[in-house]
Amino acid sequence: METDRIASTLHPLERKVLPILKSTSSFESIVEKTGLQKVEVMRALQWLQNKKIIRVNQKLQEEVSMDENGLKYKEKGLPEKNFLESVKDRATLDKIEKTTNLSKQELSISLGILKSKAAIEIKKEKEIIVSITDNGKKLLKKGFPEEEFLKKKFPMNTSELKDLDKFAFENLKKRNRIVKVDIIKIINAELTDIGKKIIQHKIKEHEIIDRITPSVLKSGSWKKKEVRKYDVKINVPDISGGRRHFVNQAIEYIKKIWLDMGFKEMTGSLVQTSFWDLDALFVPQDHPSRDMQDTFYVKDPAYGKLPKELMKRVKAAHENGWTTGSKGWQYKWSAEEAKKLLMITHDTYLSAKTLASIKKEDLPIKSFQIMKVFRNETLSWKSLFEFCQIGGIVVDPNANFKHLKGYLKGFFAKMGFPDVRIRPAHFPYTEPSCECDVWHPKKKQWVEVGGAGIFRPEVVKPLLGEEVPVLAWGLGMERTIMEYYNITDVRDVYKNDLKQLREIKMWMK
Amino acid sequence: MPTININRKVFERYVGKKLSTEKLKDRISYLGTDLEDVNDEEIVVEIFPDRPDMLSVQGFARAFSSFIGLKTGLRHYKVEHSNEKMIVDKSVANVRPYTACAIVKDMRFDDEKIKEVIDIQEKLHITYGRHRKKIAIGIYPFEKIKTPITFLAQNPKDIIFQPLEFPKKINALQILKQHPAGKEYGHLLEGKEMFPVFRDANGEVLSVPPIINSHRTGKISEKTRDVFIECSGFDLRVLEKCLNIIVCALYEMGGKIYSMDLSYGNKKQVTPDLKPEEMKVDIDYVNKWLGLNLNESEIKKLFERMGYGYRNKKALIPAYRADIIHQVDLAEDIAIAYGYENFEAVIPQVATIAEENKFEIFKSKIAHLLVGLNFLETSTYNLANKEVQCKKMNAEIALISLANSISSDYNVLRAWVIPSLIEILSNNKHHEYPQKIFTIGTIFKQNNKFETNIEENERLAVAVASEKTDYTEIKQVLDYLFRSLDLKYEIKEAEHSSFIEGRVARVNAKGKNVAYIGEINPQVIENWELETPVTAFELNLTELFEVI
Repeated sequence: METDRIASTLHPLERKVLPILKSTSSFESIVEKTGLQKVEVMRALQWLQNKKIIRVNQKLQEEVSMDENGLKYKEKGLPEKNFLESVKDRATLDKIEKTTNLSKQELSISLGILKSKAAIEIKKEKEIIVSITDNGKKLLKKGFPEEEFLKKKFPMNTSELKDLDKFAFENLKKRNRIVKVDIIKIINAELTDIGKKIIQHKIKEHEIIDRITPSVLKSGSWKKKEVRKYDVKINVPDISGGRRHFVNQAIEYIKKIWLDMGFKEMTGSLVQTSFWDLDALFVPQDHPSRDMQDTFYVKDPAYGKLPKELMKRVKAAHENGWTTGSKGWQYKWSAEEAKKLLMITHDTYLSAKTLASIKKEDLPIKSFQIMKVFRNETLSWKSLFEFCQIGGIVVDPNANFKHLKGYLKGFFAKMGFPDVRIRPAHFPYTEPSCECDVWHPKKKQWVEVGGAGIFRPEVVKPLLGEEVPVLAWGLGMERTIMEYYNITDVRDVYKNDLKQLREIKMWMK
Repeated sequence: MPTININRKVFERYVGKKLSTEKLKDRISYLGTDLEDVNDEEIVVEIFPDRPDMLSVQGFARAFSSFIGLKTGLRHYKVEHSNEKMIVDKSVANVRPYTACAIVKDMRFDDEKIKEVIDIQEKLHITYGRHRKKIAIGIYPFEKIKTPITFLAQNPKDIIFQPLEFPKKINALQILKQHPAGKEYGHLLEGKEMFPVFRDANGEVLSVPPIINSHRTGKISEKTRDVFIECSGFDLRVLEKCLNIIVCALYEMGGKIYSMDLSYGNKKQVTPDLKPEEMKVDIDYVNKWLGLNLNESEIKKLFERMGYGYRNKKALIPAYRADIIHQVDLAEDIAIAYGYENFEAVIPQVATIAEENKFEIFKSKIAHLLVGLNFLETSTYNLANKEVQCKKMNAEIALISLANSISSDYNVLRAWVIPSLIEILSNNKHHEYPQKIFTIGTIFKQNNKFETNIEENERLAVAVASEKTDYTEIKQVLDYLFRSLDLKYEIKEAEHSSFIEGRVARVNAKGKNVAYIGEINPQVIENWELETPVTAFELNLTELFEVI
C-alpha cells in the first residue's frame, strides 16, 4: 500500500516528529516535545512536507516585547505617573525633578503626555508651577493604561491586542525604547489526509535500520531487519570538484582539432622585438598599427637583438623589394625601430619565426599556435588588453587561395560552425587578405572570427629563402567561448569568480 | 581605420545606378571595404589603408561601379598643360624636400562640394599622409595666386601672414603656439631652424606646410572656380599618388585637370602624371596563387572590373592606385573581381605529421594532476601592477615596466604568479571555503642572454585559503606532484617576506631552485583584506621540464 511505502521511507527525525503532530501543530511545541534541535525539526518538517504527509504553514507576525526602558519602567513605574504623583496639588518643576529623580528628557516627555491627557495645568511665574487637574486625580486613581500594559506577559502578538491594550501599545511604540516590535515567522504543521492515514499505522522505530554501518554488516543484523527506504528524489547539497579553467578546456579542444588535421604545435615568447612582430611581416615602419596607442612597448629593457643576416634581407625587402620582384615600400628602414621591444600584438609573429626556422626539404609544413596577445586598450565589457589568438600556417609549394578557405572551413566545422565565408580585407603581410565569418545558426547572422590570407613574397622569401605560398590565419577565440557559455561581458571570461568556475558547464565538444 | 560617410543619392548618381539596400550591403562587403551601415540616406564604409583612392564618394563610387560591371576598364583623365610654374628652392631639401602640384579648373563649388573636397583632404591627411607627417595637402583658390609659385624654406620669424580662420597676421613661430592647427601639428616642425613655405610671385604666403594655409589665399569658397593643389612631403612617389587621387576625384566632380611645370634647380618635372603604370602579368602565377584556371580574356575582364586596363600581358594600373607593388597585389584584385564568395573550399590531401609541443603536454599533465586534487584552475593576466606584485605582497621584486600602458592597473610584466592568485582569493571572499586554486602563467625578468633581453618562464602557482590550511597541507600537494613526476627534491629553509618566517622553504630539484613554498605572511593577508590563512607555492615549470 502507498501509505506503507511512504511510512517505510521515514527518517528517524521524521519518526520522532510525526507522532507529536497528533496533538500539536506549532513549531515551538514540536521542538519542546521531541527534544530535538530546531534545525532537526525544520529538516524533518521539510521532508515530511515533500512527502505530502504534512502541510507547513508559515506566516509572518508582528510580535511586541519589552525594550530596556520598558523593563525599567515596569519596575519603577512610568515617568509620567511618578511625575503626577509627586505634584500632589501643585509643585514647582524643580521640586518635582528632585522628588522623582527623572532625567530632563523624561521630565519634558512627562509634561507633554500629562498635558495632552489634560491631567495637569502649567503656569509660568518666577518658576514653572504645575498643578493637578480633576482629570489628573481620576487618572491616578484609575491607573495608567500604559503601565497596565507593561505588566503583561511578553512577547505578545500585536494582532491579538484589543481596546485599551492596543491604545497603550500604540502610545508606547512611539516612545524611546519602551517596547520593540519584531517581525517573526510562525511555523505551523498540520497533517494532510495522507499524513492522517500514515499516523494510524504503527510507526516502527526499532526494527528499522537507518544506515548500513560496519557493525550492522558485522553483526548481520540487516538480515533480520528492514532497511529504511529513502526518498530517492530528495535534493542533496551541491558539491564541486577541481577542474580546468573553461578557456583552457576550449583550448585543449581547439588544439586537438589542429592536431587531427596534421598540424604541429608551436610556442613562443610574449615579448618580442618589433622586428619579429612587424618588420619580418613586411609591416612598414610608419604603419598606423605601430602607433603607440595600440601597442604596449616595453620600457626597460626597451630594445632586443636582431638576427643579422635575416635583418639585411628584411631591410632590403622593405626598402626595394629585395629579390622578390616587389618595389618594396621605398623608404629608409631603421634597425633601431625594429629593435624596440613590445608585447606581441598578434601570434602571426610566431608564424614568421617558424618560417625562418624551416628548410625547403621539410615542406610541406603545417603549424599552429594558440597564444595570448596584447592590445593597449582599456578593459571594458567588449575589450580586453590580453586575449587568445589561434594562428597557423601551411607552407606548401602547391597551396592556393582555395585551400585557405578549405582549412578554415575544416576548422570551423569542428567548432560547430559548418558555414564559413571569406570577404576581402587588408593586412600588410598577406595578399590576398581576407576576413573570415561563420554563420551563426542561432543568431541567424554572420559573425566575424578572424583574419587570413597568403603571405606576400616580401614576407616569405627573406625568411624561408624561397618563394613558396604560405597560407596564414589569426583567429579570435574569446567570442566563440563567450557564445558557448552565454557570457556577454568579455571581462567575465577572465574574472576568476570561483562560483562561476565551480558551476560553469563543461566544454562539451 | 578610416570610415567615410557618404550621401546615398550622391553615390548613386556617381555610380549611375540605384541598388537595393540588400544588394548594396552584399556588393560593398565583397569589394574589399567593410560596410558599417547603410540606410536610405547614408552609407558608412570603412576603407582599408591600402586604398586611399576610395576615401572620397567619387573614388568609392568609381571602384564600385566597375566592380558591379557598370563602368568597367581603365578610365581616362584628360590632363592639359597649363604652363604655370612651381619653383622648388634648394633650401627645402632639409625640411620638406618635395612637392607635387596641379591646377583644376572649372569647378562649380557649392557648400556640398566644398565639404567633399575638405573631407578628401582630411581623410588623406590622416591615413595615407600619416597625420600630415608624410604628406601635407594644400588646396587654394587659384585666382588669388600669381604664378610662378616658389616652395622655399625660411626663418619662421620672417614668415608673417594671417593663418586660416585667425583674426590677425602673426609669424610662423607664433602660429605654432597660438593657432589650433599649429598646436596640433607643430611637433612636425619641432627643432627646425627653417620652416617650409609656399609663396606666390608677389611674395604672398600661401601656406606653411604641414601646418596651415593663409586665410587670404588658402580658402576656397562658392566663388572659387579654379583651384591650385599641392602635396608636400618626403617621398615624391607618394606625393604624386596623393595628388593623382585628389585630381581624379575633382575631375569626376566636373573639373578640368591642368598640369604644372616644376623645377628642382636644373631638374624639371611635370605633375600630375595620370598615365597608367604597366605591370607584367604572369597568368600561370595568378592561377596558381588563387587555385583558378582563368584564360587571358577572363583575366582581362576581371582586371576591367577593378578599373584596370589590360594589354599585351600587361596590367595598366590606374594612376590613383597607390598599393600595387608586386604581382600578388594584382592577384588579389583578380580574386576580388572573381568574387571571394565564388572560391571553392578545398582541403588538399597533404600528409603531414601532427605534433603537440612537449612542454605544452607537460603543462597540461600538471594541470590535470591538480584538478585531481580538487583544485580549480584560474586564468590570469600576464600584465599586472607594482601594488599587486610588490607592495601588497610585502616584497621587493624587480619588475619590467611597460612604456605606454593606458592603465595603471596593468603597467608592468609580472615577475611572479602567487600575487595573481592572492588577488583572486581577495576578490572571492564572499564565496565558499575552502578555496583551492592554481594557475600556470608566464613570468618575466631581465636577462640579456635572450634575444629580447627578457627571460620568460612558465610557473605553476598553487594556493589554498581555508580556516585550517597550513604548511603540511600545501607541502602534501607539492609532494604529490613530485611523486607523480618520479622526481626527488630537497627542501631548504629560506627567507621570503611574503611568507611567515620559519614557515617558508625553497625547493631544489637536481641542483636547481625550482620553487618557493610556505604559509603566507599575515601582513600580506591583511593587506589583501583576507580573513583566512593562505598557503601557497610557486614552481618553475620551465626549469623543472629541463631536468626531467
